[in-house]
Amino acid sequence: MQAPPGLTGRILAPMETLSPADSAVVRRIVAEHQGRPGPLLEVLHAVQAALGFIPAGAVPLVAEALNLSRAEVHGVVTFYHHFRRARAGAHTVSLCQAESCQSMGADALAAHARQRLGIDFHETTPNGRFSLEPVYCLGNCACSPAAMIDGRLYGRVTAERFDALIAQESATP
Amino acid sequence: MTVTVYVPADAGALSLGAGEVAAAIAAEAARRGTPVTLKRNGSRGAYWLEPLVEVLTPAGRCAYGPMTAGDVRALFDADLLHGGAHALRLGPTEEIPWFKGQQRLTCERVGIVDPASVEDYVAHGGYQGLKRALSLEGAAIVQAITASGLRGRGGAAFPTGIKWKTVLDQQAAQKYVTCNADEGDSGTFADRMLMEGDPFTLIEGMTIAGIAVGATQGYIYLRAEYPHAHAALKTAIAAARQAQYLGPDVAGSGKRFELEVRLGAGAYICGEETSMLESLEGRRGEVRVRPPLPAIKGLFGQPTIVNNVVTLASVPWILVHGAEAYAAFGMGKSRGTVPIQLAGNIKRGGLIERAFGLSLRELLYDYGGGSATGKPIRTVQVGGPLGAYIPASQFDTAVDYEALAGIGALLGHGGIVAFDDSVDMARMARYAMEFCAIESCGKCTPCRIGSTRGVEIIDRILEGVDGERNVRLLEELCDTMVQGSLCGLGGMAPFPVQSALKYFREDFRARVN
Repeated sequence: MQAPPGLTGRILAPMETLSPADSAVVRRIVAEHQGRPGPLLEVLHAVQAALGFIPAGAVPLVAEALNLSRAEVHGVVTFYHHFRRARAGAHTVSLCQAESCQSMGADALAAHARQRLGIDFHETTPNGRFSLEPVYCLGNCACSPAAMIDGRLYGRVTAERFDALIAQESATP
Repeated sequence: MTVTVYVPADAGALSLGAGEVAAAIAAEAARRGTPVTLKRNGSRGAYWLEPLVEVLTPAGRCAYGPMTAGDVRALFDADLLHGGAHALRLGPTEEIPWFKGQQRLTCERVGIVDPASVEDYVAHGGYQGLKRALSLEGAAIVQAITASGLRGRGGAAFPTGIKWKTVLDQQAAQKYVTCNADEGDSGTFADRMLMEGDPFTLIEGMTIAGIAVGATQGYIYLRAEYPHAHAALKTAIAAARQAQYLGPDVAGSGKRFELEVRLGAGAYICGEETSMLESLEGRRGEVRVRPPLPAIKGLFGQPTIVNNVVTLASVPWILVHGAEAYAAFGMGKSRGTVPIQLAGNIKRGGLIERAFGLSLRELLYDYGGGSATGKPIRTVQVGGPLGAYIPASQFDTAVDYEALAGIGALLGHGGIVAFDDSVDMARMARYAMEFCAIESCGKCTPCRIGSTRGVEIIDRILEGVDGERNVRLLEELCDTMVQGSLCGLGGMAPFPVQSALKYFREDFRARVN
C-alpha cells in the first residue's frame, strides 16, 4: 500500500541508512539495554552520547530491537527537547531563559550571544564550532544568569565573561 | 598532620570558579611543601559567598569567601591553613549570621559531608533512620510519616503518609518507589544541592520508603540538565550497594531494595507525576488521566510512591528524631521545615531551610539583603513558572501552604525569584504563556492551544490592537485553561498571567517598539 503523502517524508522515510560502523554502535547499545524495563530513553541517551545526535537511520534499528513501532520511537525522539536529530556543533552553548535568569538580564545576554556567534537559538555556526540552545533552568538560580557549555555550568555570566568563555572554547577542539 | 580544606564541588560553586580555586590551593600547597587534604563537599547554600572555602581548625571549620583562584597565594601568606586573618575570612562557618538562624533538618549534612563516602555519611549520623525503620513494621513507619505532618515538597503538598498508606494497602507482586528529581522550576535548586551534597540522605529515604510499603525497586528520575547530580548519584548508589545498604539484603535485614537513576530529556512536563511515569516507561511524557492514582496503578501499572527529592530526604530525620519532633516545627497545617531557595535579582541568594512561617519580607531583606541591583524589589514569583507574582504590598505573607494559598499564590517547590522595578510584567505574563506552549505535552487542548493563543493575545495588547477587549479575552482564556486543563501545567500557567493582570495592570499597554 502506498503511504499517504503526509507520511512519506520524515516519519516513514524508507531506510535512511546508517553507516555500518554507526549501525554496529546502535545495535550494541540496544543489546546492552535489552531486558531492562522501559529502556527507550536510556537507549536514545546512549545513541546520542555515542553519535552526537540521533540519526533518522537509527530509529528503525531501535524500534525493531525493542519491539516498538518506528512511529513510537520517532514520537519519543521528537517529544524531548534534549534529543537532537542533527549533528550539533563542536561545542553546545546553552543559555538559561527562565524567570530567575531573566530577572538578571538573560534577555540581553542572549542578544549578545546571538550577535557574538552570528546565529539564533537552535542554530549552529557555519564553521561547525558552536550550537546555541535555550534551556529552561539549570538550577543555578542564585547565580543568575546561568549558562552551560558542554556540560560545564557557569554563573553570573556577563557579556564579557561570555566572550572569554567562547574565546577559550574556540581554542579547544 | 595535614590540614583539611573543603572546597565545594557543587555545580553552583563550580559555576563561580570553585574548581579553579581547588586547583590553585593544591598547587600552592605543593609549592610551599605543606600538604593539605582537599575535600570536595557540597555547597552549604550561601551562593553569595561561593566559592566558600573552609579550613578545619582545632576550633572547627573556618570559612573564607567568596574566593577566587587569584586570592589563594595571599591567603596562604595570611596563614589560611590555621584560620589566619584576611579580608575574606568569615570566621567559624556555623557562626555566620546567614547560617546561624537556619533550622537545617533535611539539609543538615549538605555542605558538611563528603558526598561520595558512605563512611562519612554514617559518621555524621547517616543510616540511623534506616536502622530505626528496620525495627518497625511497615505500617508503623507509614504512621510515623503521617504523624510528622510531612507534605509533598515538590509542590503539590499532598500528605506523604496518606500516599504511602495507599501503596502499603495494595496487594501486588511488585511495587515501586520513584523519586521525582525533575526539578524544572526556575528559582529552585534544593533537589540539586541535596543530590550533589548529600545523596545518601535521598538514598536512605527511598530505602525506608521501600521497606515501609514493600517496594523492592526504586527509580530516581533525574533531569538531564543536572550532569553533576547525575555523577554524584551514580557514585553514591554504587557505594551504598558496595556497603550493602542497597541490594538483596539491605543492612543485613534480608529485605531487598534496588535503586537506579534514569535521566529525563529536557521536558518540563515530566515533573508532573504521571508524565514522569510515562517517561520512566520509555514513552512520550504525556500526562495520564487520574484516577487511577499512581499509588494504585503507577509505574508499569503497579502501586507506586512518587515523591520529590526533598520529601524523601526528610524521611530519615523523621525516623531518627520522631514524628513529634518534626511536627514541632512549622505552623498550622504546614509542619516541619522547608528549604527556601532565594533566587533571581537578590543580593544574598541561596538555600535557607527554616520552619514554615517566615515572612517573604524576612527572606527577601533579612536573608536576601534586597535586590542585587540595589533597586526596590517590585515583585517576587514564588513556586516556579506556574506560581503567581506577588506584589511588594503582600511581602508580609508567611511562607506556609495555606497563607500563600490565601492570597492566590502557591509555595510550590519553595523557589522565590525576585525582580527589581525594571521588570516588565506584561513581558513576564507573555513568557508564562510562551513557556507553557513550549513545554505543553499536547494531550489536552486548553493547554496546547490556549497557551499559544495567550502569547498572541498579549502580543496584540502590546501592539495596541483592541487593548481593553484583548485584556478581557486574555482573562477569559486564563479561566478556560484553569478550568479545563488536564494537569497543573495548563491549569496553573495562567496564575502568573492573572496575578500580573491583577497587580500590575499598568504594564499591559501598547508599546512604541
